[in-house]
Amino acid sequence: MTDQDYNFAYLDEQTKRMIRRAILKGLAIPGYQVPFASREMPMPYGWGTGGVQVSAAVLTPEDTFKVIDQGADDTTNAVSIRSFFQRTAGVTTTTKTSDASVIQTRHRIPEEALTEDQILVYQVPIPEPLRFLEPRESETRKMHSLEEYGLMHVKLYEDISRHGHIATSYAYPVKVEGRYVMDPSPIPKFDNPKLGDMAAIQLFGAGREQRIYALPPYTQVVSLDFEDHPFEASKADHPCGLCGAEESYLDEVIVDDAGGRMFVCSDTDYCDARQAAGYKGKDAA
Amino acid sequence: MYVAVKGGERAIANAHAWLAEERRGDTDVADLSVTQIREQLKLAVDRVMAEGSLYDPDLAALAIKQSRGDLIEAIFLIRAYRTTLPRFGASEPVSTGEMACDRRISATFKDLPGGQVLGPTFDYTHRLLDFKLAADGEVPEAPSRDVAPGDVPHVTEFLNREGLIEEAPAEDTTPPDLTREPLEMPASRALRLQALTRADEGFTLGLAYSTQRGYGRNHAFVGELRIGMVPVEMEIPELGFAIEIGEITLTECETVNQFKGSKTEPPQFTRGYGLVFGQSERKSISMALVDRALRWEELGEDNVGAPAQDAEFVLYHADNIQATGFLEHIKLPHYVDFQSELELVRKLRREAGADQVPEAAE
Repeated sequence: MTDQDYNFAYLDEQTKRMIRRAILKGLAIPGYQVPFASREMPMPYGWGTGGVQVSAAVLTPEDTFKVIDQGADDTTNAVSIRSFFQRTAGVTTTTKTSDASVIQTRHRIPEEALTEDQILVYQVPIPEPLRFLEPRESETRKMHSLEEYGLMHVKLYEDISRHGHIATSYAYPVKVEGRYVMDPSPIPKFDNPKLGDMAAIQLFGAGREQRIYALPPYTQVVSLDFEDHPFEASKADHPCGLCGAEESYLDEVIVDDAGGRMFVCSDTDYCDARQAAGYKGKDAA
Repeated sequence: MYVAVKGGERAIANAHAWLAEERRGDTDVADLSVTQIREQLKLAVDRVMAEGSLYDPDLAALAIKQSRGDLIEAIFLIRAYRTTLPRFGASEPVSTGEMACDRRISATFKDLPGGQVLGPTFDYTHRLLDFKLAADGEVPEAPSRDVAPGDVPHVTEFLNREGLIEEAPAEDTTPPDLTREPLEMPASRALRLQALTRADEGFTLGLAYSTQRGYGRNHAFVGELRIGMVPVEMEIPELGFAIEIGEITLTECETVNQFKGSKTEPPQFTRGYGLVFGQSERKSISMALVDRALRWEELGEDNVGAPAQDAEFVLYHADNIQATGFLEHIKLPHYVDFQSELELVRKLRREAGADQVPEAAE
């Protein structure tokens, strides 16, 4: 089953050790972006090479691996990454959140609460929360070391004065343990409250940008806001059309060419499990 | 062992099968061999080796065949392969003075020791489609003569004797390795050159061209351009001395740039340097111009804000594998982010009173 031409989980042991060191440093300084010598992977940059390298470095043969993209196990890139590790590591895979010991994700945090026995690996496109305010890496690193986050607050304030709201709906910046401002990867801000005080280890890998950062279990993570404009997690104001869930994040699906649409859970495992338990939404067959 | 299987898996497998069929094309037409590509599409092979950072013409030809002629895809295949290779050690620095030159020209001196050698160049061909090639690819043998033995001196050495060009003192420090350490700013010249030699040819060309048109102008003369084979030597620890392990073709360009002097440097000619695997003239000249533009700080020049002077801008955007991957990733699903944006835009429109369109049926 495993491809014998490559080392377990594709990367050679020295590379994995280098990545593990970066992960450990990241865990020791929560929210700090650790530069690491990202390797060229056999999938394109921007398609999860950071997450794949982090997963490769933490996977053991006994692990059970789950990959989601947009919350779903069956999106094409999730399928592709899962089959990459089936081939190069031969690990057991699952779509069931609670059965997985390592979950690689793009753009979502599973609905089901994770446990201390699990690791959540995020794919990160742009790790720098200040990037779109200051394009220069040399400048943003300085801003982090001086804890100079005024620019970010000004940006959020300008949003409020112009729109009445903070106009960031995903990749919403957070502050970790009162120190580093961190990009949580492009998860919807609906997921932000799950970042803090999570039982599982959270690891973030940005391959192209050569950065790893981490949140150890039970870390304090606060979404940036103002006292008079508190952070608000938002989602489509509907129940899931298939399982009737009121509290899950929803995708909008266009069902006909007259503009008809339905809302379904983005977390496919969560939705399937609810349906199996007998819950039914208004659009369920 | 339980393996999750969903619809996406079959779609991917079918897409790959279709791709393989398309790559092969009409089966009534003979299959293109890797050796044909290696021998007859040599400049494509050279580009793939240069930007793939792996000197292996057979693998580069295979990559071109597999990628259906998409050279960036071929470079990607080579890069992904090269990261899996063990590293036995590093060669001695190659000496381009010892190059067996196929081509060697100088734009700054009419004649010079070693002579001007045009070599196999497109330069003075008239760009007329040769319809004979469509019928029959046979060519008469080109005339040849013996080459005078001995090293071919570098043009910049002549200028250096008069002290007219900046010194380029020999350095023994081990250069940093872009493929083993994360790229961090500020980048030394050695690191910049390393990034430029594997940089996208088109991007490097565009930047170099921009300096010629005035965005960080540093008027460059091609002091010398040479193409040929150089021996590669490596010290084998068990032997205790260096032995020749092979030969590679390189293109080297040294530019001589006007420089009126600065607060820290006297008036003199300055240097730009390009060195690329294979016969890669356009790339090596471009590289030399960009190298020179990036040197503004060490020469005490003004930063005029030109893109080619900005090391962060150049180095973080020159790698076509990084660029194409990130560019093309926007094909991946973004339903979740888009949904959150939809909610936000609807909310903002509602509050701005712009939401006059009746809600569609749900």
